[in-house]
Amino acid sequence: MAKRIDVKDLNIYYGKFQAVDGVTLSVPPRSVTAFIGPSGCGKSTVLRSLNRMHEVTPGASCDGKVLLDGEDIYASTVDPVSVRRTIGMVFQRPNPFPTMSIKDNVVAGLRLAGTKNKKELNEVAERSLRGANLWAEVKDRLDKPGGGLSGGQQQRLCIARAIAVQPDVLLMDEPCSALDPISTLAIEDLITELKQQYTIVIVTHNMQQAARVSDQTAFFNLAGVGQPGRLVEVDGTEKIFSNPTQKATEDYISGRFG
Amino acid sequence: MTTSVDLERPASPAAFRPIGAVRKSKNLVATVLVYLSFAIAVVPLVWVLYTVLEKGLGPVLNADWWGNSLNGLTATQFGGGAYHAIYGTLVQGVVCALISVPIGVLVAIYLVEYGARSRMAKTTTFMVDILTGVPSIVAGLFIYALWITTFGFTRSAFAVSLSLVLLMVPVVIRTTEEMLRIVPMELREASYALGVPKWKTIVKIVIPTALSGIVTGVMLGLARVMGETAPLLILVGYAPFINYDIFSGEMASLPLLMNTERATGTEAGDMRVWGAALTLVVIIMLFNLIAAIVSRLSAIKTK
Ligand SMILES: Nc1ncnc2c1ncn2[C@@H]1O[C@H](COP(=O)(O)OP(=O)(O)OP(=O)(O)O)[C@@H](O)[C@H]1O
Ligand SMILES: [Mg+2]
Repeated sequence: MAKRIDVKDLNIYYGKFQAVDGVTLSVPPRSVTAFIGPSGCGKSTVLRSLNRMHEVTPGASCDGKVLLDGEDIYASTVDPVSVRRTIGMVFQRPNPFPTMSIKDNVVAGLRLAGTKNKKELNEVAERSLRGANLWAEVKDRLDKPGGGLSGGQQQRLCIARAIAVQPDVLLMDEPCSALDPISTLAIEDLITELKQQYTIVIVTHNMQQAARVSDQTAFFNLAGVGQPGRLVEVDGTEKIFSNPTQKATEDYISGRFG
Repeated sequence: MTTSVDLERPASPAAFRPIGAVRKSKNLVATVLVYLSFAIAVVPLVWVLYTVLEKGLGPVLNADWWGNSLNGLTATQFGGGAYHAIYGTLVQGVVCALISVPIGVLVAIYLVEYGARSRMAKTTTFMVDILTGVPSIVAGLFIYALWITTFGFTRSAFAVSLSLVLLMVPVVIRTTEEMLRIVPMELREASYALGVPKWKTIVKIVIPTALSGIVTGVMLGLARVMGETAPLLILVGYAPFINYDIFSGEMASLPLLMNTERATGTEAGDMRVWGAALTLVVIIMLFNLIAAIVSRLSAIKTK
């Protein structure tokens, strides 16, 4: 199940523009790693290159290594589709499929991969919705459109959809930024539960959130305008928030800039 | 030391001003112009509809109209019907749609999903723009030159459908392209993130999301080509009897029937012209109605 990720000297580009320079970090299995840093420093870009979603953007490219349990996901023989199947992703804005019901949304990944067995699909839908703490709220309206849910419910629906295909790693890009504090807490609890089974990487602008949910925190920063973003330091969350090695990290966390 | 400040007096004069006479008269002129243009646009429309209804309703309400052809009737004899022409119009339209929709939708998918900014895509878009502006008579002449003169086929309803394809394809490409473009990138990414391949994402996520708009575009395109006349005049002859064979022989259609009967100058011919006109308007309106219903049904629901 959960796998570890090792990133080595990753440079990421949009066309000729280098967005991220020389990132090296490791994400242990069954843990939560938080990416923090000022806007535009490349957190989303790094996250999206961990499941080869980056290359979907026209002109985007990267070099360096991303290893999943030692296997290079950028090796020429690797199919990006299988990488994304193994490394799921939850986006900043909830994006349920508008043409599908709640249940169809959850099982979309399996159904599109060819699973037809009704019983199996129903079981997966229930298990995933329970896993995403949404089952109680939607169990009576599984056939209603997913777009009819509230923003927080939609986001949990997207999490259910992502865990329905049983990935090894779950990437989350500011999953709570569009949500109220109660939905945010629900999702944070969920992350803590999911950690038992999955390797999780989460981007957040919320320091408290990073401190609450993550085991390890990576701080990214920009050297200047038009410069690529860099990984400043990565360490245990407690260490980063109490006694960071770098001055920039301390300044950022204590709110002196950014 | 205190300087007394007059709290009652505003610090700056009131920002509101009365509406001046100049602005009032400008407003009046603009209002008159707007209503006048509205009237100029609407009056002819209502007039046309009224005339078509008034003159066409008589023949159309007769049961013979929908079940008989004009076989064996002379220009002065009343009676007969237009079912041979209705068949022609519908079958030419449907054959045209069967060819245009797959081509148009596939080209639009290429342009939006695969071609993005490549030279090939730019060239295609440019060609489509040119094709949009091609007059229907030119489309008819082109098919005549290609299908009949070069390939040696006979004039037929199918040749008409081919020329209508030239007119319909750009409409389908344009509407489908627009509909595909407004499908948010996030939906595609959500699908990729589940490990769904790109082609399946397009077929199962992108197209269903855009379907209602695509259907509307197709129906409107179809309504447009069914009223075309110029290619018909070149590519097939009029027949007063029914001909089911689209690949050979003369075949009637509503525009051709109108054109032929108008030339007779008789009272019976006159009635048929207006009857055919009303029938064509009704058929096109039906297509628009179907488009509205289908797009309502396939529209994205949130409840
Ligand atoms: N699609 C794109 N095309 C070109 N440049 C991009 C694109 N997306 C991001 N960038 C650039 O890459 C850099 C990093 O962007 P990224 O979105 O990764 O930042 P971020 O840390 O996630 O910021 P935020 O906290 O605001 O989400 C920025 O300079 C941005 O302008
Ligand atoms: Mg971001």
